[in-house]
Amino acid sequence: MKATAWMGTDSVKVIDVPDPKIMNARDAIVRISTTAICGSDLHLYHGYIPAMRKGDILGHEFMGEVVEVGPQVRNLAPGDRVVVPFPIACGHCSSCQRGLYSVCENSNPNAGIAEKIMGHSPAGIFGYSHLLGGYAGGQAEYARVPFADVGPVKVPDEISDDQAVMLADVFPTGYMGAEMCDIKPGQVIAVWGAGPVGLLAAASARLLGAERVIVIDRFPYRLRLAEEHIDAETINYEEVDVLDTLNEMTAGRGPDACIDAVGLEGHHGNAALYAYDRAKQAARVETERPFALRQAILACRSGGVVSVVGAYGGFVDKFPMGAFMNRSLVMRTGQCHVQRYTRPLLERIQRGEIDPSFIVSHRMPLRDAPKGYKIFQKKQDDCTKVLLKA
Amino acid sequence: MSRVDTVLLPELDGPVPATLPSALGLLSLALGVGALVAPGPLARLTGVDDSPAARSVLPAIGLRELGSGAGLLSGRRPAGWAWSRVAGDAMDLTLLGRALADRDGERRRRVALTTLAIAGITAVDVLAAVRVGRARRARARVIRMQIAVTVNRSPAEAYRFWRDMENLPRFMAHLESVRADDLRRSHWIARGPAGHRVEWDAEIIDDQPNKSITWRSLPGTRVPNAGRVRFVPAPGDRGTEVRVELRYAPPAGALGRAVAKLFGEEPEQQVRDDLRRFKQVLETGEVVRSEGSPNGISVRQQAMQRPAQPLPASRR
Repeated sequence: MKATAWMGTDSVKVIDVPDPKIMNARDAIVRISTTAICGSDLHLYHGYIPAMRKGDILGHEFMGEVVEVGPQVRNLAPGDRVVVPFPIACGHCSSCQRGLYSVCENSNPNAGIAEKIMGHSPAGIFGYSHLLGGYAGGQAEYARVPFADVGPVKVPDEISDDQAVMLADVFPTGYMGAEMCDIKPGQVIAVWGAGPVGLLAAASARLLGAERVIVIDRFPYRLRLAEEHIDAETINYEEVDVLDTLNEMTAGRGPDACIDAVGLEGHHGNAALYAYDRAKQAARVETERPFALRQAILACRSGGVVSVVGAYGGFVDKFPMGAFMNRSLVMRTGQCHVQRYTRPLLERIQRGEIDPSFIVSHRMPLRDAPKGYKIFQKKQDDCTKVLLKA
Repeated sequence: MSRVDTVLLPELDGPVPATLPSALGLLSLALGVGALVAPGPLARLTGVDDSPAARSVLPAIGLRELGSGAGLLSGRRPAGWAWSRVAGDAMDLTLLGRALADRDGERRRRVALTTLAIAGITAVDVLAAVRVGRARRARARVIRMQIAVTVNRSPAEAYRFWRDMENLPRFMAHLESVRADDLRRSHWIARGPAGHRVEWDAEIIDDQPNKSITWRSLPGTRVPNAGRVRFVPAPGDRGTEVRVELRYAPPAGALGRAVAKLFGEEPEQQVRDDLRRFKQVLETGEVVRSEGSPNGISVRQQAMQRPAQPLPASRR
């Protein structure tokens, strides 16, 4: 089959690899119809995530048709149209049973490496380094889906591929980012990053009853999406000072909750501050560029919530712990426990409460994946989300 | 102290073999007293009564023998004292060699007989010293570990799976097979690199249903080992804390290196991985496999990941 493989920093290729086969009794094989490039795939593309190997198949957002199931999979049958959550979760460990699927205790066969870096191992993730399991990803014609009796969700015919594939990662991730803010009537929610996750976090904050939603980014075309589809207010951090503007907008209180939907490759309006963290990251003294996180902490109202759904991989410098502690802030975070959200969010789409596919800017065949990575990386052609059709 | 230390293994916990050193100690005492009390008759017996030096050398040798004898019989540092006897033997053989060259007739015959006797004793001394040293080193090599994992299953379920010893290779990566001979005894085969196999018989010496199992290897193995696993209800209704204690002594030499490789650079990491697989098998039904780690969790595999793409048909 054809598959998109990581070939080194800033390099992906569509290569021929063997077709996947059932390896565990609870596996299913899915023939992929639609798969997406995630912002976090760019962290891999840029070489910021450790333990990648040349030839690793990328992709953790995908959906398609079940073509084969292992002997222990009874809820799915060949022919079913399914969307697959990006975290691989067994459903039976104590974390899964508490709904914490992205920290499944069994799905990372390389848990030993992850423990050395993170203390304990999170779940395995499709196509996301050997640190997180060494699983082949879904930017391919077929994928093996472990624990298929737990993760994949059947998609009704009236839901389009473009809508359904949003349920693999970005919609649940954005939704969880908003849910962690514990939104109450009258509250103001600020979101750093107007990429797919940030836009869907802002949209979810609306669904969950936020009074005002403020989105912060530097690309006017992305901020325009926030204004047009979510009725959000926007701040371009290259044009104005974010903290001053937020204080002004909230009459000095600060947003009640701040969502970091940027993660480890942030940018900063101040060139000198950007250069400081960029240089440390290049020298591998620091693994992240946490501008959004620092700013979210400083901006947040005292006693408010900082919700982190942007991806981080390692260590952060100059964390404003003094502000965080003295102002009674709360931080909530986690890779999304997608399995918890797929069905309720599918129902919201069915009821017409939201169409998450408004973020999709590009659709192209799988063989054009390298081009998709390039334009997404360079933000060319007003790119927000690239779907690949196998 | 680990509870598994109370499981005695004859190879590691029995007394260091002491019969031979004690016998040699008594021989030393007898020779020492003889050389001090009756140097004249001893000199005649050994054929050196014509040497004026013998009269002063023999009591000195006697003193040396008394020292070695006392040391050996004291039981402390038996290896050191056994080697001191070997050194004494070497000295005696040197002196006898010179005496033999200077003599002829009846005296030469007696010196030759004495030399033969001492050479024989030297062989016995070397054997005793090597044996005592080996037993000491086996004790020094003993590896102990205590590792635990929490499994989201009841103590009864975890116990039941482990109690069927033939299940062990399903999660212990270094085991090729375990055959239960009866309710207590089992035969274990471990595989190592380059076709090395290590086999031993084990017996369950304490079995507390749903609580703990304690086993040890039977005498005669080259890898004496003992283990205990306890199944403790985890607080907060979170299943079972499976607590494993192991103690084993890898043999020296080529086999020892093979066993060391079997357990990897970090034996604790291997056992930790075994317990992770135990948890996977109990909670999910089998060992979880990925394209990068097609055989499931293993330290060696983690270091040598294949790319995350489907396996070629030849490797399935």
